[in-house]
Amino acid sequence: MAVLKKMRQSLARSWSLYRSDFRSLDKTQIVLLVLLTLLAVFMVLPLVFIFNHAFKPLHELFLFPPTFFVREPTMQNFTDLLHATQDTFLPVTRFIFNSIVVTLLSTVGMVILGALCAYPLAKHPFPGRKIVFGVILLSIMISVETMGIPRYIVVKSLGIMNTYWGHVLPILALPVGVFLLKQFMDQVPDELLEAAKLDGASEWQLLVRIILPIVTPAMATITILSFQTAWSNSETSALFMQDDAMKTLPFYVESLTSNLANTVARQGVAAAASLIIFMPNLIIFLLSQRKVIQTMAHSGIK
Amino acid sequence: MSNEATRVVRQPAAAQNPKLKGDLGRMLQDKMKDIWKFRLSYLFIAPFLVVFSLFIIIPVFTGVALSFTYFNSIEFPKWAGWMNYQNLFSQDVIFLQHVIPNSFKFALFVGPIGYVLAFVLAWLIAQLPGTLRVWYALAMYAPSLTGGIAMVVVWQVMFTGDRTGYINSFLLKWGFIDQPVLLTIDKDYLLGIMIVVSIWSSMGLGFLAILAGILNVDRTLYEAGRIDGISSRLQEIWYITVPMMKPQMLFAAVMAIVGTLKSGGIGTQLSGMNPTPDYSGQLFMNHIEDFGFTRLELGYASAISIVLLILTVLLSRFLWMLLGPKEDE
Repeated sequence: MAVLKKMRQSLARSWSLYRSDFRSLDKTQIVLLVLLTLLAVFMVLPLVFIFNHAFKPLHELFLFPPTFFVREPTMQNFTDLLHATQDTFLPVTRFIFNSIVVTLLSTVGMVILGALCAYPLAKHPFPGRKIVFGVILLSIMISVETMGIPRYIVVKSLGIMNTYWGHVLPILALPVGVFLLKQFMDQVPDELLEAAKLDGASEWQLLVRIILPIVTPAMATITILSFQTAWSNSETSALFMQDDAMKTLPFYVESLTSNLANTVARQGVAAAASLIIFMPNLIIFLLSQRKVIQTMAHSGIK
Repeated sequence: MSNEATRVVRQPAAAQNPKLKGDLGRMLQDKMKDIWKFRLSYLFIAPFLVVFSLFIIIPVFTGVALSFTYFNSIEFPKWAGWMNYQNLFSQDVIFLQHVIPNSFKFALFVGPIGYVLAFVLAWLIAQLPGTLRVWYALAMYAPSLTGGIAMVVVWQVMFTGDRTGYINSFLLKWGFIDQPVLLTIDKDYLLGIMIVVSIWSSMGLGFLAILAGILNVDRTLYEAGRIDGISSRLQEIWYITVPMMKPQMLFAAVMAIVGTLKSGGIGTQLSGMNPTPDYSGQLFMNHIEDFGFTRLELGYASAISIVLLILTVLLSRFLWMLLGPKEDE
């Protein structure tokens, strides 16, 4: 009950904030608001569309003239999706399960690896530090999509084809994450670390007890980043997994949509699956958008 | 671990310059001591560096090596020298007549225009009061969350070639066209559609960085600027906002370049085929996939990747010169 009361209070507070913000708008800001609203509607339109499409019953999908909003929403597409099997007779739940495992492992892995790597890069003047950071910075400019063939060779020679490692390890190599974390850790005052050190804190304690609590915004950001990368990744499935049982949801959706161009069959199912891919990304971003924007302020390449 | 380990980075670690210059053995010993002192730092960065080397560094070098070979994925690669590159720039008609012009057009629109658009949008949003700002930022950022694949279904339905397609239906209704157009399969429209879709989904990390950068500029600077005779908003942007947020601008620019190259696959997704109809939407990425995975000429495909890689790095370097930190800063 106390929680409910708190929620109500914070809602009321933010509502009054909105009202006062609206009242304080001057003329140029109102013009701006109208313009931006139009643009925002344009940007969000396809997303609204996919929402509606996913809930349309079959007869509405084929309607002419085509309708934008759903009239009689139904869960039919989602149940169809659950029952839809490919030639391999694998239920879609298998792909969803794979996606969840891969995403969880990659996100947790990225957060740990990223924090471990960014801390010395930001705070320890070890020999070779500049070179390591320089290479990481340079690699941000490389798009991994162009390296499918050599990556395939690496994965094959490591013997991790058709395993979860083959999904997770390539995703973990995300230099942007380390870069963002390092830039944010640069802001932590050195005096703080010195003081803790005098109190006998070990390097590990420094990282876990002092640095990490300060850089939570950046941690949140790379969590989202690696979540999105892993959750919507179809590349590792396409290249490194021959076994259909190891493929992930985005790959499945891709195979559903690959021949949609001029057919309507399975459109609703594809829309439903797309929605399942999109929703977690959106929810996670909504929950942490403030922290993300805070982190991006330190994203500059200096 | 000793105290020096966490001391400020700006103090160079090489304080232990050997007293006797030229004493190589001594220098080496000191270096080793230094490295030993920081053993924990190396331990910390090791896990990421292993993954990083395996999936980024090694692939880049393998790619370079493969680009000098003939490799069909079954036999062991045969050394071919500069053959692949020679063929690419002298005989590959598709590459010279379609891929290069298409990529140039695509990159020109999606890159600079998308980038400027991101800045304008971020600046406009920054002018709104705080509570509203978040929602507009979200609306612009949300499309990039879709990550390409999720939206294929939307675009394909929107651009469907018969009258049930939304765009076609709209154009028919308002009398712009008499007959439905096969939008994504028509070579006259494909590239244009690809550009629009890519710009739509390009407001990602770079856009957020710019927005955060603008919000972070010290307010008092604007007041100081007004006293110094800055009269219009445009002057404010040019003389205060942009110079103050150069680092974020550079980050966003790099993200824009990478994003542009990444979205190269969109033509295949839209038209549902590779090669795209009449090669009208053929970009670097499609050409690489065409040779790499369809024709299994992996050496040749690698050569194309390397050309693309070099182009990216050169472009980023160029932007670095424009926006990067100067000597006197």
